[in-house]
Amino acid sequence: MLASTSQRSTGNTSSRYKSGVMKYKEMGYWQPDYEPAASDIIALFRITPQDGVDADEAAAAVAGESSTATWTVVWTDRLTACDQYRAKAYRVDKVPNTGPGTATEQQWFAYIAYDLALFEEGSIANLTASIIGNVFGFKPLKALRLEDMRLPLAYVKTFRGPPTGIVVERERLDKFGRPLLGATTKPKLGLSGKNYGRVVYEGLRGGLDFMKDDENINSQPFMHWRDRFLYCMEAVNRAQAETGEIKGHYLNVTAGTMEEMYRRADFAKELGSCIVMIDLVIGYTAIQSMSNWARDNDMVLHLHRAGHGTYTRQKSHGISFRVISKWMRLAGVDHIHAGTAVGKLEGDPLMVQGFYNVLREAHNEVDLRRGVFFEQDWGGLRKVMPVASGGIHAGQMHQLLSLFDDDVVLQFGGGTIGHPAGIQAGATANRVALECMVKARNEGRDIDREGPQILEAAARWCTPLKQALATWKDISFDYTSTDTPDFVPTATASV
Amino acid sequence: MRVTQGTFSFLPELSDQEIHAQCEYAIRRGWALAVEYTDDPHPRNSYWEMWGLPMFDLKDGAGALLEINDCRKTFPSHYIKVNAFDATQGFETVRMSFIVNRPPEEPGFMLRRQEGAGRTIRYTTHAYATNKPAGERY
Repeated sequence: MLASTSQRSTGNTSSRYKSGVMKYKEMGYWQPDYEPAASDIIALFRITPQDGVDADEAAAAVAGESSTATWTVVWTDRLTACDQYRAKAYRVDKVPNTGPGTATEQQWFAYIAYDLALFEEGSIANLTASIIGNVFGFKPLKALRLEDMRLPLAYVKTFRGPPTGIVVERERLDKFGRPLLGATTKPKLGLSGKNYGRVVYEGLRGGLDFMKDDENINSQPFMHWRDRFLYCMEAVNRAQAETGEIKGHYLNVTAGTMEEMYRRADFAKELGSCIVMIDLVIGYTAIQSMSNWARDNDMVLHLHRAGHGTYTRQKSHGISFRVISKWMRLAGVDHIHAGTAVGKLEGDPLMVQGFYNVLREAHNEVDLRRGVFFEQDWGGLRKVMPVASGGIHAGQMHQLLSLFDDDVVLQFGGGTIGHPAGIQAGATANRVALECMVKARNEGRDIDREGPQILEAAARWCTPLKQALATWKDISFDYTSTDTPDFVPTATASV
Repeated sequence: MRVTQGTFSFLPELSDQEIHAQCEYAIRRGWALAVEYTDDPHPRNSYWEMWGLPMFDLKDGAGALLEINDCRKTFPSHYIKVNAFDATQGFETVRMSFIVNRPPEEPGFMLRRQEGAGRTIRYTTHAYATNKPAGERY
């Protein structure tokens, strides 16, 4: 295979390296008979070429611009093992339900293989600088989306992965056999430190495992970060003593510089917090640094995916959240917001399950219904706990448990704090709804069908649950998802 | 107060029949059941006393219930929990853990605060029950 590749791309050397501009296809970036090596990184792109650009050339251009090429021939290629370093587009498929006769112009799935030698070990920044570096602004394409990646085991093993992981987090918290429960403190902005800590205490005391800072709570005029940390830890410790259970609050240490983030994280540690939080917007390198810090300090690391919707939501252009999930598992976070399927934020149920599988399984099989295009061996890398947060409530407990199983944090912000009888009642309603549903599932009952009756039965002895069900019984966010798999012909129903 | 450790602490106490159903679930999943008891309910008490070894080869939930009831007879006022252990690679941990016995009175915990510099506080959770020696607590 290697022999024929090198023969083909260098066979006509003198014309290949003649000064001037030539098609990417002819420069060796399109190799339909290439068989990817087990050590290659493979990227799957969704390509919408400009009119008049054929699919092979568009795929070759993406391969070129995300690896060694520039717009013109350069003789200095000949000083390198350029055949090896060139990314190879080796397959293009029409995307189902696009092109003539459909509402969407023709799109293509392009498979591109990259030699492992192109990448520095243990650096998401380096990986992304190649794969999504220049190519997304490339003019011959109308749009481009990175759909999935196959990461070779040799590359996976250069990353340290989650500092804690699902198994160790549960052992530290002493919580098994059910999803964890959380809530984001509301209102997001404006509470003083003391009032903020009150909300945290009430939620934890009522039965939640975690409370959480929101993504944009840092250190604002109404509440400086030290004040928040001190009051939140009072709330955590009080709630622990009142319940005999381990509790936590995700202290958001996101700040303008690494130095400041380390300072805040160190203070959280000094106060005895078991978990700190960062936002995706701090960047891949900062995330990897905080992961190292968390590993050194026995701290669970929670990641809020702030900003991802700007590039993950539209199907034609950007990056699938599946790929972000893979990168974040490598980079090493313990929690990541990965969608609810039933709440207020974007997410087709099957696609969201695909993200969860990427985060939680030791080994992913190809699963086109869930948008998973590649088999992926995670090589023992720890598992990331997905977080379902945004517009969910106790009345959906059977759906959430059925979709996501036990290893997930279910976060009911409004669905806790907005309870008519108060925050503790809201928390209790969620915890009772969860435990009765887990119990029923384990007893072999069909919770998809019997879920509402199971909740009503528990509501007969639990007034807070009764009130929660009455308040939110008709709330659903039933909109069609934009990010759906292109394997099944229609989006799965939003429930 | 009520210690709310464990998978089902917010529900009414499980009947023997309900405990049996949960044990059957664990056995179906291939998990090994184990019974543990303690009179120190501190949330960071990782090592409750083992009531025998995990029941690796158990095929029937009734066997687990027998052990649970023997443990209850011996320690009627202790906390007793049932753990289900999963030896699958990538887990190798407890997958379910629920309390099946608790003391009639749960005195709860004292929160001690040691004030430090810069408004920091060092917290200690102390179980009132552990003021008495082991064996005389409940």
